[in-house]
Amino acid sequence: MRLIDRTRAEALANLWLAGPATVAMLVLIFIPVSIVALLSFTDYQFGARSFNWVGFDNYLILIKDPQARRAITNTIVYAAIVIPLSILFGLLVALGLHSVMRYAPRLSAVLRAAYFLPVAATLVAMAVVWQMLLHPNLGLVNHLLAAADIRGPAWLSDRGLVLYTLAVIGIWQTVGYNMVLFLAGLAAIPEHLYDAAEIDGANRGWERFWTVTWPMLGPTTLFVVVVTATGAFRVFETVATLTRGGPAFASDVLVYAIYREGFVYFKAGYSSAITMVFFVFVLLFTLAKFRLMESRVHYR
Amino acid sequence: MIELRNVTRRFGTTTVLKDISLAAEEGSFLALLGPSGCGKSTLLRIIAGLDRPNSGEVILGGRDVRNLTAAERNVAMVFQSYALYPHLTVAQNIALPLAMRGRSRFERSLIGRWFPASREKQQEEIRRVREIADQLGIQPLLERKPSQLSGGQKQRVAVARALVREPSIFLLDEPLSNLDAKLRVQMRAEIVALNRRIGRTFVYVTHDQAEAMAMADKVAVMLDGRIAQFASPRELYETPVSMDVAAFVGLYPINFTKAADWTALPGGFRLPPGSLPQGKQVIIGIRPEHLFPDPEGPVRGKLVRMEYQGAEVLLDVRIDGGTLVKAVAPGDWQRAEARGDLRLSYLPRHLHVFAAGSGERLELARDGQHEDERATTCG
Repeated sequence: MRLIDRTRAEALANLWLAGPATVAMLVLIFIPVSIVALLSFTDYQFGARSFNWVGFDNYLILIKDPQARRAITNTIVYAAIVIPLSILFGLLVALGLHSVMRYAPRLSAVLRAAYFLPVAATLVAMAVVWQMLLHPNLGLVNHLLAAADIRGPAWLSDRGLVLYTLAVIGIWQTVGYNMVLFLAGLAAIPEHLYDAAEIDGANRGWERFWTVTWPMLGPTTLFVVVVTATGAFRVFETVATLTRGGPAFASDVLVYAIYREGFVYFKAGYSSAITMVFFVFVLLFTLAKFRLMESRVHYR
Repeated sequence: MIELRNVTRRFGTTTVLKDISLAAEEGSFLALLGPSGCGKSTLLRIIAGLDRPNSGEVILGGRDVRNLTAAERNVAMVFQSYALYPHLTVAQNIALPLAMRGRSRFERSLIGRWFPASREKQQEEIRRVREIADQLGIQPLLERKPSQLSGGQKQRVAVARALVREPSIFLLDEPLSNLDAKLRVQMRAEIVALNRRIGRTFVYVTHDQAEAMAMADKVAVMLDGRIAQFASPRELYETPVSMDVAAFVGLYPINFTKAADWTALPGGFRLPPGSLPQGKQVIIGIRPEHLFPDPEGPVRGKLVRMEYQGAEVLLDVRIDGGTLVKAVAPGDWQRAEARGDLRLSYLPRHLHVFAAGSGERLELARDGQHEDERATTCG
């Protein structure tokens, strides 16, 4: 005799399987996000006993304050450079390594490891290396430039340059990861499609790329775009270790602003408002990408 | 017209194709038949231009095409997996070879495709795609993606894509092996009809001897990287040049006796006197469908097992000397018990005689054979 019938038992098992993760998600993600959303309408400061509701004041500051606007535009500029270039380079490196794999598999593996190293390495430690490389007087980069009779700029303390320097480091850090994803995508393309393309008249490598490789990489590319974009919007470590948002907020970005306002100045309310803006940013961007690309991407 | 001269292909140290030479008439249907790993697909790829031989010549339409790419050779190919582009609709799949050939790179580009010259060509492509789709009965599928098609439909689309641009030759790499048995038989007939209708040379790779026999004008049996025999299906069946070919061709596997001197064969098999030189060691091959129960028959044995198949009964018989042979009785053949003594008979012209060492076919002296046959028919 059974205590409960089969469908009930299965429902219970499903609950048992999905339940813990759901609870963890509620407690660790959804509830904190709701609290942050509420806090963004207050003037709460960390450690304070009480707070006042201030309505949209925090958001109004965010719009009016030039410093906050700076952080937003900087983040957009940084993402606009890092997203397309790190995807493009990731794809180019993957295509190169994929074809090298055919006649020199060892070399291909070594290069792959080299490109992946920035992903595996601790970014904070790597930032110190970059700082040394880019030092205006002692750095290797400017030494090399000097050897070619060019006076190297102060990469990290020039207001007009610092954001682009950080973007280059961002690309360097992301290319390896994108390359690995693209390599996996390339390996999954069935060889006979290239044969068919050749028979059908796609003779040149370029034509084969557009007929087979690029469309077949569609799902991979969608994933890479989403991952790279969220990574670029979340840029923090390099800013925090190399420039602290300076000089004069020239490299201030959203996440660093959240950190500074919240954990340096303890303005939890304002910091929460920036967080909400950042959250909406990433959400809208991701939704737009899925909408745009899903209709054109083929899933097998 | 296809001609291969001394084609050899090596991958590293393994030689996959050894000195292959063959020729097919314009408009004929040629099958490359062999077990997997015999090199038949490699040979097809070499004809297509997807692979290059290490030595030897490929001649298409009287022209040495050694240095031409697959596209320049204007061959069409149907792949075993169909190789349809999954991101394109059926119509786009079929039109792709037309676009690749008919339009310049600019006219295919995102901007160029809106220019009048390109639009006109696109209209023509659409018209042609519809025409082909009509012929193959896939008109209603044109807007679907390959993932929404059944195996048989994919196969038709692959054929349509191959057919759309009037290629000089048609290459088919096991195109039916992913279909169910009933559809396979139907598509067989359709492909042969296609060959007759468009009058192009077809080269058909298969491991299924029934397919090759049913479809081809000429079959090249490939074993271990060589062409073992290149002949019409009838010749392959009636006069296989070696034991290997005899074993590969035919619905039921052929029976072989043990090697013995030709004058003292096991199991009651007998060759007419004077048909071979003295002291020759031979192996007799006879197909199960040519060995039948006969109370007066010369072959003695014991029935081991019976398998009723409706139209016929398959018999396992252990003949004197210990060899197990298969024989076929008509479907209405009755027998009280499934075991015991049984006598079998055959027509002498159905005996295949092979040299014991090399496995090569031995021809018997003519006159002896005739006499013997008449004698049996009268008896």
